[in-house]
Amino acid sequence: MTDPPPDREISLEVSGLAYAYPDGHQALFGVDLTVERGSRVALLGPNGAGKTTLVHHLNGLLAPGAGTVSVAGLPVTGEHLKEVRRRVGLVFQDPDDQLFMPTVREDVAFGPSCAGLRGEELASRVAKALRQVGMEAHADRAPHHLSFGQRRRVAVATVLASHPEILVLDEPSSNLDPAARSELAAILRTLRVPDADGRARRPTVLMVTHDLPYALELCPRSVVLSGGVIVADGGTQDLLGDAELMRAHRLELPFGFDPRSVTAPAG
Amino acid sequence: MGAAPADTLYLPVGSPVHRLPPQCKIAAVCCFVVLVVATPREAFPAFAAYALLLACVAAAGRVRPGHVLKRMLIEVPFVAFAVLLPFVAEGPRTDMLGLSVEGLWGAWNILAKGTLGVAASVLLASTTQLRSLLRGLERLRLPPLLVQIASFMLRYADVLAGELHRMRLARLSRGFDARGPRHWGVLAKTAGALFIRCYERGERVHLAMLSRGWTGTMPRSEEEAATRAEWATAACLPLLALLVCLGGWTL
Repeated sequence: MTDPPPDREISLEVSGLAYAYPDGHQALFGVDLTVERGSRVALLGPNGAGKTTLVHHLNGLLAPGAGTVSVAGLPVTGEHLKEVRRRVGLVFQDPDDQLFMPTVREDVAFGPSCAGLRGEELASRVAKALRQVGMEAHADRAPHHLSFGQRRRVAVATVLASHPEILVLDEPSSNLDPAARSELAAILRTLRVPDADGRARRPTVLMVTHDLPYALELCPRSVVLSGGVIVADGGTQDLLGDAELMRAHRLELPFGFDPRSVTAPAG
Repeated sequence: MGAAPADTLYLPVGSPVHRLPPQCKIAAVCCFVVLVVATPREAFPAFAAYALLLACVAAAGRVRPGHVLKRMLIEVPFVAFAVLLPFVAEGPRTDMLGLSVEGLWGAWNILAKGTLGVAASVLLASTTQLRSLLRGLERLRLPPLLVQIASFMLRYADVLAGELHRMRLARLSRGFDARGPRHWGVLAKTAGALFIRCYERGERVHLAMLSRGWTGTMPRSEEEAATRAEWATAACLPLLALLVCLGGWTL
């Protein structure tokens, strides 16, 4: 792959983000996170660390109690919400939540048609997004007739169709069998999305997971969210190799897995 | 994953009836049912003629009688009331069995018209996919909100059935066996839990829709309008039924 040299554009900037749910439970206590354009970052953390709460701030589903979030320089606030939601492709953990239309084709068309696309242009967007995840043969099937792995891939296609700048994946490997897991990894590694000028670029990927080997396989950089703050930020291999850090934040490597003994595939 | 409700009714064979646009078929069936209901109950030949018309539609749609008859059993709980009428209605009684004459007429009226209506609906469902039915209703300008609700119901019926199934297995695995009213409490709690799960899923689906730029209206499907010829073909059923109905009134 010959990618343009990494530039210093910032895709995502979160600063001082704090949030408490209406019932008083505070989930985030001042999160700072900067993600460069085109990079792949894993967001690791134990259950209840605030990962999903953080993700719901990235496209304005939740409004910050304090602090700011901005996507490609656009602050995530009322007037920019529409554009922000196009730029941030959020893939939910359960594909049954994400795929709500009667057929795969209509579901993939949902985002772009909400943005006003019609006719030929819409059809070609949908076809291309489905081709990227290898699901073009299933366009007219109902989502509930697909296997779980296929549904997860269609869920990725539904956001690709809007040409997002950032893909945010919530537990992308959960419930997948090993084959479906590596198919998805291959798709994420080779994905290209046209930017505003029509150039094919690598999308920024923020992957929320506690599947640590998957994070190592796909993301050179990881951040650990625990107790509502970012407690570590660095190379995935270094973080996973820090046994004390992992233990302190309830992140456990699978039995027999040594993160220092493997080399993550390039790309 | 069980078969979707859509798959148990629809018969995937190609036929002229299958190919008609859904909105034409829905309109034709609705007019047909209204005409059947408007026919005087004493006009026995008219009801035979209606049945014959439906048989012709079934033949044109390549729907086997067995397919229709089996699915018409859904009517049974609804006509139970009609069977009671001859016993409970007031007025003069027959010599045999002492049944109420007025009640017998009432029961026949409900039974005949209900059966024809159900048969027409089963035929519509056998020749039209649920998804196209919804598109047809959309084209017939049913309020979009109602179409959306029906379409979500269609999409999530299976998911809910799956959850219910898993909850049942979980109960069984822990030795629960529903026998008698003592266990109704558990079943009621299952229903409550299912409601909460549905509600939470609804919230998550709503978030997923917002994330993809939903602002309150669903994108409309771009369908070709039905041609005049298609409307004319579909109109055959209600037009012939109109003749039968008029015949029934003049007999």
